[in-house]
Amino acid sequence: MFAASRGASVRSVRSLLRRNGPIPLNRHSSVSRLLSTLAVLEQREGKLNVSSLAAVSAAQKLGGSVTGFVAGSGTKAVAEEAAKVKGLEKVIFVDNGAYDKGLPENFAPLLVENIKKGGFSHVLAGHSAFGKNLMPRVAALLDTQQVSDIIEVGGEDTFVRPIYAGNAILTVQTSDDTKIITVRGTAFPAPETEGGSGAVEEGVDPKAECSTEWISENLAKSDRPDLATADKVVSGGRGLKSKEQFDKLIPPLADAMNAAIGASRAAVDSGFADNSLQVGQTGKNVAPQLYLCAGISGAIQHLAGMKDSKVIACINKDADAPIFQVADVGLVGDLFEKVPELTEKLK
Amino acid sequence: MSGLRILVPVKRVIDYAVKPRVNKSQTAIETTGVKHSLNPFDELSIEEAIRLRERALPVSDILALSAGPAKSADVLRTAMAMGADRSIHVQVDTEKEGDLEPLTVAKLLAKVVAEEDRNVVILGKQSIDDDAHQTGQMLAGLLGWSQATQASKVEVEKEGSTVTVKREVDGGTETLRAKLPIVITTDLRLNEPRYASLPNIMKAKKKPMIKKTMEDYGIDIKRRFKTVKVVEPAPRQGGGKVEDVDGMIGKLKELGAL
Repeated sequence: MFAASRGASVRSVRSLLRRNGPIPLNRHSSVSRLLSTLAVLEQREGKLNVSSLAAVSAAQKLGGSVTGFVAGSGTKAVAEEAAKVKGLEKVIFVDNGAYDKGLPENFAPLLVENIKKGGFSHVLAGHSAFGKNLMPRVAALLDTQQVSDIIEVGGEDTFVRPIYAGNAILTVQTSDDTKIITVRGTAFPAPETEGGSGAVEEGVDPKAECSTEWISENLAKSDRPDLATADKVVSGGRGLKSKEQFDKLIPPLADAMNAAIGASRAAVDSGFADNSLQVGQTGKNVAPQLYLCAGISGAIQHLAGMKDSKVIACINKDADAPIFQVADVGLVGDLFEKVPELTEKLK
Repeated sequence: MSGLRILVPVKRVIDYAVKPRVNKSQTAIETTGVKHSLNPFDELSIEEAIRLRERALPVSDILALSAGPAKSADVLRTAMAMGADRSIHVQVDTEKEGDLEPLTVAKLLAKVVAEEDRNVVILGKQSIDDDAHQTGQMLAGLLGWSQATQASKVEVEKEGSTVTVKREVDGGTETLRAKLPIVITTDLRLNEPRYASLPNIMKAKKKPMIKKTMEDYGIDIKRRFKTVKVVEPAPRQGGGKVEDVDGMIGKLKELGAL
């Protein structure tokens, strides 16, 4: 009830501002007090995807209230779990199996209804496969120009995002009333998942038709840390020469360090490693404590995905490879000797 | 018209191998005198459209479209040399007006889809300049069509009404099925684009290219975004080289990474 009336007041203030033409000086203070953010959370088979909580961290930087949103079958339990996340005032859930696979054809109308009902000024989601697929459709339905993959919040309407594969950093100011934003997970550390006491509330379900049918999925199974959120990443490139060598050298080193495994595009294209392990502009962005790579030259598309790592170490036989220009620790040598030696010494 | 009526939107961008430089006034990337090419993901879109035809599917025609400055005509010629049948060049003075935003492009494409009676739109998943990753999804939303983004495999039934798409997701792939019409966006894994042969480049010069303007489609190009500034990212300090594996372990321990 309170939320609904607050939403209405946000809208009326905004429309008032628009009618009045030139913006009064106190605009920022009055609007930011009424700023309310919806953070779209991801779940999978009834479990909260912790990496999607980066949207909550980014939302907190905006100030104002933060509400979580989760949809799928049995998501009341997920909402209760999420309500313990610090910084979430409330979690809205929609319990309907039709949303389990996150298909944008029905998820986008669902989100739009809940955004309108709650009168949210900002809607944030991770720049993950889910967020990238869904949020632009939501933005189009709301006639809003989305801000993608932000790495910093500069203010209520100002955001910082990398362009040109991270070779330039753009600060952009949006004039849209409802801000639809995707967030780079590695730029906003996840909030504490205990200690919060948010309310849990059921959302509206427009039950839109879905014109697309989900058939199947094929996910790489592994006990290793998740690539996108791992503390340490061991990555291999074309220099590994074959899938056999990749499998022989990289996993043992990753095991010795309790690291996730990554790969360059060249390694993925040559079939050495699974597509989902690709690090770079068109693969995953990672920013671990340690990124250790072997046989990767350091093309700009690859650097785009890992150059925010805390420490970069590389092993490469070509002393002029561009990777050495960004590496904190570089070792010129044959990876077929150095990687097993390193693995042995780290055990 | 029956069969697959394909629209392939393409964008002219700074070549992927060029390291972009921020201009002196920190307002944009320097583009004058810099090599430009067809956005790599859009090459994949054209290639996929041509392959649908080569698989003897009922492809009626493949229309390429680009919205941008006069030089965007070059990328349309490339698209036609690869195998697109015809093209539309929507001229925009990006020097004066700024780059079109994804929502504006999506609105333009929605108009073109209606006017040209399209039932399949294949776009790149992102352009490598703005890295927004939005246009295809926005178009699908505006049209109310099915969407299959980051496609790594596209299969169309022989009668050409049902499409099955394998798409790249975090941690693997998923497979979707939808009836036409559909918007598909391409991932790198989808195919290997062909090179346009010289005879085909010559032939492409005779293929029709229609010039249009945004006003022809009644699209407002006013930007929602204002660029506050563009800067180079903080440079990383290379930390130098070590002699051997022990040196590497020692340095990593010193840096607190191990």
